[in-house]
Amino acid sequence: MDSPDPDRPATHDLGGNPRFRCTPVEPDDDAPPSAFDKRVDAVRSVLREKGLFTVDEMRFNIEALHETEYFGLTYYEKWLRSVTAVMVRKGVITWEDIK
Amino acid sequence: MAGTPLPESVELLDKLVAALKRRGVLVEEDIVRCQTQAERAQPETGARMVARAWLDPEFRALMLRDGTAAAEAFGVGMKGAPPLGVLEDTDRLHHLVVCTLCSCYPRAVIGYPPHWYKSAAYRARAVREPRAVLAEFGTVLPAGVQVRVVDSTADYRWMVLPTRPAGTEGWSEEQLAAIVTRDCLVGVTLPQAEKRQIAA
Repeated sequence: MDSPDPDRPATHDLGGNPRFRCTPVEPDDDAPPSAFDKRVDAVRSVLREKGLFTVDEMRFNIEALHETEYFGLTYYEKWLRSVTAVMVRKGVITWEDIK
Repeated sequence: MAGTPLPESVELLDKLVAALKRRGVLVEEDIVRCQTQAERAQPETGARMVARAWLDPEFRALMLRDGTAAAEAFGVGMKGAPPLGVLEDTDRLHHLVVCTLCSCYPRAVIGYPPHWYKSAAYRARAVREPRAVLAEFGTVLPAGVQVRVVDSTADYRWMVLPTRPAGTEGWSEEQLAAIVTRDCLVGVTLPQAEKRQIAA
Protein backbone atom coordinates (compact mmCIF):
# COMPACT_ATOMS: atom_id res chain seq x y z
CA MET A 1 0.00 0.00 0.00
CA ASP A 2 2.57 2.54 1.08
CA SER A 3 5.29 1.32 -1.22
CA PRO A 4 6.27 3.82 -3.91
CA ASP A 5 8.48 1.22 -5.57
CA PRO A 6 6.35 -1.03 -7.82
CA ASP A 7 8.98 -3.77 -7.67
CA ARG A 8 8.84 -3.94 -3.92
CA PRO A 9 6.01 -6.10 -2.59
CA ALA A 10 3.40 -4.40 -0.42
CA THR A 11 3.95 -4.69 3.33
CA HIS A 12 1.30 -7.37 3.79
CA ASP A 13 2.50 -9.49 0.86
CA LEU A 14 4.69 -11.73 2.99
CA GLY A 15 4.94 -14.92 0.91
CA GLY A 16 8.66 -15.63 0.47
CA ASN A 17 9.69 -12.33 2.07
CA PRO A 18 13.43 -12.71 2.86
CA ARG A 19 13.14 -10.41 5.88
CA PHE A 20 11.72 -13.31 7.90
CA ARG A 21 13.96 -15.97 6.39
CA CYS A 22 15.76 -16.56 9.66
CA THR A 23 12.82 -16.05 12.00
CA PRO A 24 11.70 -19.37 13.43
CA VAL A 25 7.99 -20.15 13.55
CA GLU A 26 7.13 -20.53 17.20
CA PRO A 27 4.66 -23.38 17.57
CA ASP A 28 4.52 -22.52 21.28
CA ASP A 29 3.25 -19.06 20.49
CA ASP A 30 -0.13 -20.51 21.01
CA ALA A 31 -1.82 -18.55 23.78
CA PRO A 32 -5.59 -18.49 23.38
CA PRO A 33 -7.07 -15.16 22.31
CA SER A 34 -7.44 -12.70 25.17
CA ALA A 35 -10.68 -11.06 26.30
CA PHE A 36 -9.67 -8.01 24.24
CA ASP A 37 -9.04 -10.17 21.17
CA LYS A 38 -12.39 -11.96 21.44
CA ARG A 39 -14.29 -8.74 21.98
CA VAL A 40 -12.75 -7.07 18.93
CA ASP A 41 -13.60 -10.16 16.89
CA ALA A 42 -17.17 -10.21 18.21
CA VAL A 43 -17.75 -6.51 17.46
CA ARG A 44 -16.46 -7.16 13.94
CA SER A 45 -18.93 -10.06 13.58
CA VAL A 46 -21.87 -7.97 14.77
CA LEU A 47 -21.04 -5.19 12.31
CA ARG A 48 -20.68 -7.72 9.51
CA GLU A 49 -24.08 -9.22 10.34
CA LYS A 50 -25.62 -5.77 10.23
CA GLY A 51 -24.17 -5.16 6.78
CA LEU A 52 -21.86 -2.40 7.99
CA PHE A 53 -18.53 -4.10 7.46
CA THR A 54 -17.11 -6.54 4.90
CA VAL A 55 -14.01 -8.72 4.90
CA ASP A 56 -12.67 -6.66 1.98
CA GLU A 57 -13.00 -3.45 3.99
CA MET A 58 -11.26 -5.20 6.86
CA ARG A 59 -8.32 -6.23 4.69
CA PHE A 60 -8.05 -2.95 2.80
CA ASN A 61 -7.75 -0.97 6.00
CA ILE A 62 -5.26 -3.36 7.58
CA GLU A 63 -3.14 -3.36 4.45
CA ALA A 64 -3.25 0.45 4.49
CA LEU A 65 -1.46 0.56 7.85
CA HIS A 66 2.09 1.86 7.84
CA GLU A 67 4.77 -0.81 8.23
CA THR A 68 5.50 0.39 11.76
CA GLU A 69 1.92 -0.31 12.84
CA TYR A 70 1.55 -3.37 10.62
CA PHE A 71 4.39 -5.12 12.42
CA GLY A 72 4.09 -3.28 15.73
CA LEU A 73 0.48 -3.75 16.73
CA THR A 74 -1.00 -7.05 17.85
CA TYR A 75 -3.26 -8.85 15.42
CA TYR A 76 -6.56 -7.76 16.94
CA GLU A 77 -5.30 -4.22 17.49
CA LYS A 78 -4.96 -4.04 13.71
CA TRP A 79 -8.51 -5.32 13.35
CA LEU A 80 -9.71 -2.65 15.78
CA ARG A 81 -7.94 0.09 13.79
CA SER A 82 -9.58 -1.21 10.63
CA VAL A 83 -13.09 -1.46 12.10
CA THR A 84 -12.82 2.02 13.62
CA ALA A 85 -11.58 3.59 10.39
CA VAL A 86 -14.46 2.11 8.40
CA MET A 87 -17.09 3.13 10.96
CA VAL A 88 -15.85 6.72 10.88
CA ARG A 89 -15.62 6.81 7.10
CA LYS A 90 -19.20 5.54 6.79
CA GLY A 91 -20.47 8.07 9.28
CA VAL A 92 -21.64 5.34 11.67
CA ILE A 93 -19.59 7.07 14.39
CA THR A 94 -17.50 10.24 14.43
CA TRP A 95 -13.91 10.97 15.43
CA GLU A 96 -15.37 12.95 18.33
CA ASP A 97 -16.87 9.71 19.65
CA ILE A 98 -13.49 8.08 20.02
CA LYS A 99 -11.29 11.03 20.94
CA MET B 1 1.82 -11.24 17.06
CA ALA B 2 0.60 -12.45 20.39
CA GLY B 3 0.92 -9.98 23.16
CA THR B 4 -0.82 -7.41 25.22
CA PRO B 5 -2.71 -4.61 23.51
CA LEU B 6 -1.58 -1.05 24.18
CA PRO B 7 -3.60 0.81 26.83
CA GLU B 8 -4.80 3.19 24.10
CA SER B 9 -6.12 0.23 22.13
CA VAL B 10 -8.12 -1.00 25.11
CA GLU B 11 -9.45 2.52 25.50
CA LEU B 12 -10.26 2.76 21.79
CA LEU B 13 -12.26 -0.46 21.93
CA ASP B 14 -14.28 0.83 24.90
CA LYS B 15 -14.98 4.11 23.11
CA LEU B 16 -15.89 2.40 19.86
CA VAL B 17 -18.33 0.04 21.57
CA ALA B 18 -19.81 2.87 23.67
CA ALA B 19 -20.34 4.98 20.53
CA LEU B 20 -21.93 2.10 18.63
CA LYS B 21 -24.29 1.47 21.55
CA ARG B 22 -25.10 5.17 22.00
CA ARG B 23 -25.96 5.46 18.33
CA GLY B 24 -28.18 2.41 18.44
CA VAL B 25 -26.00 0.29 16.13
CA LEU B 26 -25.61 -2.61 18.54
CA VAL B 27 -26.31 -3.78 22.08
CA GLU B 28 -24.10 -5.75 24.44
CA GLU B 29 -26.17 -8.92 23.81
CA ASP B 30 -25.11 -8.81 20.13
CA ILE B 31 -21.45 -8.88 21.12
CA VAL B 32 -21.98 -11.67 23.65
CA ARG B 33 -23.89 -13.76 21.11
CA CYS B 34 -21.18 -13.40 18.44
CA GLN B 35 -18.42 -14.16 20.93
CA THR B 36 -20.24 -17.25 22.18
CA GLN B 37 -20.66 -18.42 18.61
CA ALA B 38 -16.96 -17.88 17.86
CA GLU B 39 -15.94 -19.75 21.01
CA ARG B 40 -18.14 -22.69 20.05
CA ALA B 41 -16.12 -23.30 16.86
CA GLN B 42 -13.40 -25.76 17.90
CA PRO B 43 -10.90 -27.99 16.09
CA GLU B 44 -12.87 -31.01 17.33
CA THR B 45 -15.37 -30.32 14.54
CA GLY B 46 -12.75 -30.56 11.80
CA ALA B 47 -11.32 -33.63 13.55
CA ARG B 48 -14.70 -35.37 13.55
CA MET B 49 -15.10 -34.59 9.85
CA VAL B 50 -11.72 -36.20 9.14
CA ALA B 51 -12.54 -39.28 11.22
CA ARG B 52 -15.88 -39.68 9.42
CA ALA B 53 -14.12 -39.34 6.05
CA TRP B 54 -11.66 -42.08 7.03
CA LEU B 55 -14.55 -44.44 7.81
CA ASP B 56 -17.22 -43.46 5.32
CA PRO B 57 -16.27 -43.27 1.62
CA GLU B 58 -19.48 -41.47 0.77
CA PHE B 59 -18.83 -38.74 3.30
CA ARG B 60 -15.24 -38.54 2.11
CA ALA B 61 -16.44 -37.94 -1.44
CA LEU B 62 -18.81 -35.23 -0.24
CA MET B 63 -16.09 -33.57 1.83
CA LEU B 64 -13.69 -33.43 -1.11
CA ARG B 65 -16.40 -32.24 -3.48
CA ASP B 66 -18.03 -29.67 -1.20
CA GLY B 67 -16.37 -28.94 2.13
CA THR B 68 -19.07 -26.46 3.05
CA ALA B 69 -21.80 -29.10 2.69
CA ALA B 70 -19.70 -31.56 4.72
CA ALA B 71 -19.33 -29.03 7.53
CA GLU B 72 -23.06 -28.31 7.44
CA ALA B 73 -23.68 -32.06 7.78
CA PHE B 74 -21.93 -31.71 11.16
CA GLY B 75 -24.25 -28.90 12.17
CA VAL B 76 -21.80 -26.08 11.47
CA GLY B 77 -23.51 -22.90 10.33
CA MET B 78 -21.62 -21.87 7.20
CA LYS B 79 -23.93 -19.03 6.21
CA GLY B 80 -21.85 -15.94 5.51
CA ALA B 81 -18.59 -17.91 5.72
CA PRO B 82 -16.42 -18.33 2.61
CA PRO B 83 -16.52 -21.73 0.88
CA LEU B 84 -14.48 -24.50 2.52
CA GLY B 85 -12.15 -26.59 0.40
CA VAL B 86 -10.64 -29.86 1.64
CA LEU B 87 -7.18 -30.98 0.52
CA GLU B 88 -6.66 -34.73 0.38
CA ASP B 89 -3.26 -36.01 1.49
CA THR B 90 -1.96 -39.26 0.05
CA ASP B 91 1.10 -41.41 0.68
CA ARG B 92 2.88 -39.33 -1.97
CA LEU B 93 1.45 -35.86 -1.36
CA HIS B 94 1.23 -33.67 1.73
CA HIS B 95 -0.65 -30.39 1.95
CA LEU B 96 0.25 -27.36 4.04
CA VAL B 97 -2.13 -24.40 4.43
CA VAL B 98 -0.99 -20.80 4.86
CA CYS B 99 -2.41 -17.35 4.23
CA THR B 100 0.46 -15.25 2.93
CA LEU B 101 -1.54 -12.03 2.57
CA CYS B 102 -3.42 -12.02 5.87
CA SER B 103 -4.67 -14.78 8.11
CA CYS B 104 -7.52 -16.55 6.32
CA TYR B 105 -8.38 -19.71 8.21
CA PRO B 106 -11.34 -22.10 8.25
CA ARG B 107 -12.59 -20.80 11.57
CA ALA B 108 -16.02 -22.39 11.26
CA VAL B 109 -14.49 -25.88 11.58
CA ILE B 110 -11.24 -25.19 13.51
CA GLY B 111 -11.94 -22.16 15.69
CA TYR B 112 -9.72 -19.14 16.37
CA PRO B 113 -6.41 -19.37 14.50
CA PRO B 114 -3.28 -19.78 16.63
CA HIS B 115 -0.85 -16.86 16.80
CA TRP B 116 1.86 -18.63 14.81
CA TYR B 117 -0.50 -19.06 11.86
CA LYS B 118 -0.81 -15.28 11.69
CA SER B 119 2.89 -14.63 12.30
CA ALA B 120 5.09 -12.97 9.68
CA ALA B 121 7.57 -15.86 9.89
CA TYR B 122 4.99 -18.54 9.07
CA ARG B 123 3.40 -16.49 6.29
CA ALA B 124 6.76 -15.64 4.72
CA ARG B 125 8.45 -19.01 5.04
CA ALA B 126 5.70 -21.61 4.50
CA VAL B 127 5.80 -20.95 0.75
CA ARG B 128 9.59 -20.62 0.54
CA GLU B 129 10.83 -23.50 2.65
CA PRO B 130 7.86 -25.57 3.79
CA ARG B 131 9.97 -28.53 4.87
CA ALA B 132 12.03 -26.34 7.19
CA VAL B 133 8.84 -24.94 8.70
CA LEU B 134 7.41 -28.45 9.09
CA ALA B 135 10.61 -29.51 10.86
CA GLU B 136 10.07 -26.74 13.41
CA PHE B 137 6.79 -28.46 14.26
CA GLY B 138 8.64 -31.76 14.55
CA THR B 139 7.23 -33.03 11.26
CA VAL B 140 9.62 -34.80 8.91
CA LEU B 141 7.98 -36.29 5.85
CA PRO B 142 9.21 -39.59 4.45
CA ALA B 143 11.39 -39.33 1.34
CA GLY B 144 9.38 -39.19 -1.86
CA VAL B 145 6.45 -37.30 -0.38
CA GLN B 146 5.74 -34.13 -2.31
CA VAL B 147 4.66 -31.00 -0.43
CA ARG B 148 1.95 -28.80 -1.87
CA VAL B 149 1.47 -25.46 -0.12
CA VAL B 150 -1.96 -23.93 -0.54
CA ASP B 151 -2.62 -20.24 0.06
CA SER B 152 -5.95 -19.52 1.74
CA THR B 153 -7.69 -16.34 0.71
CA ALA B 154 -10.42 -14.09 2.00
CA ASP B 155 -12.77 -15.80 -0.46
CA TYR B 156 -11.81 -19.46 -0.02
CA ARG B 157 -10.69 -21.39 3.05
CA TRP B 158 -8.80 -24.66 3.13
CA MET B 159 -8.37 -27.54 5.55
CA VAL B 160 -6.33 -30.72 5.18
CA LEU B 161 -7.68 -34.26 5.14
CA PRO B 162 -4.60 -36.16 6.39
CA THR B 163 -3.94 -39.81 5.64
CA ARG B 164 -5.14 -42.26 8.25
CA PRO B 165 -2.11 -43.51 10.15
CA ALA B 166 -1.21 -47.18 10.35
CA GLY B 167 -2.12 -48.84 13.63
CA THR B 168 -5.63 -47.40 13.75
CA GLU B 169 -7.41 -50.38 12.19
CA GLY B 170 -10.73 -51.07 13.84
CA TRP B 171 -10.88 -47.76 15.69
CA SER B 172 -14.16 -45.99 16.23
CA GLU B 173 -14.91 -42.55 14.81
CA GLU B 174 -14.44 -41.06 18.26
CA GLN B 175 -11.06 -42.73 18.72
CA LEU B 176 -9.91 -41.56 15.32
CA ALA B 177 -11.09 -37.99 15.88
CA ALA B 178 -9.05 -37.87 19.09
CA ILE B 179 -5.75 -38.11 17.18
CA VAL B 180 -6.62 -35.36 14.69
CA THR B 181 -5.39 -32.10 16.16
CA ARG B 182 -5.83 -28.55 14.95
CA ASP B 183 -2.26 -28.62 13.62
CA CYS B 184 -3.06 -31.74 11.56
CA LEU B 185 -5.92 -29.85 9.92
CA VAL B 186 -3.53 -27.06 8.89
CA GLY B 187 -0.93 -29.61 7.76
CA VAL B 188 1.94 -28.74 10.09
CA THR B 189 1.72 -32.07 11.88
CA LEU B 190 0.50 -35.59 11.08
CA PRO B 191 -1.95 -37.66 13.11
CA GLN B 192 -0.07 -40.13 15.30
CA ALA B 193 -1.67 -43.43 16.30
CA GLU B 194 0.30 -43.54 19.55
CA LYS B 195 -0.99 -40.13 20.63
CA ARG B 196 -4.59 -41.19 20.92
CA GLN B 197 -6.20 -40.16 24.16
CA ILE B 198 -9.11 -42.58 24.25
CA ALA B 199 -8.52 -46.22 25.08
CA ALA B 200 -9.20 -48.56 22.16
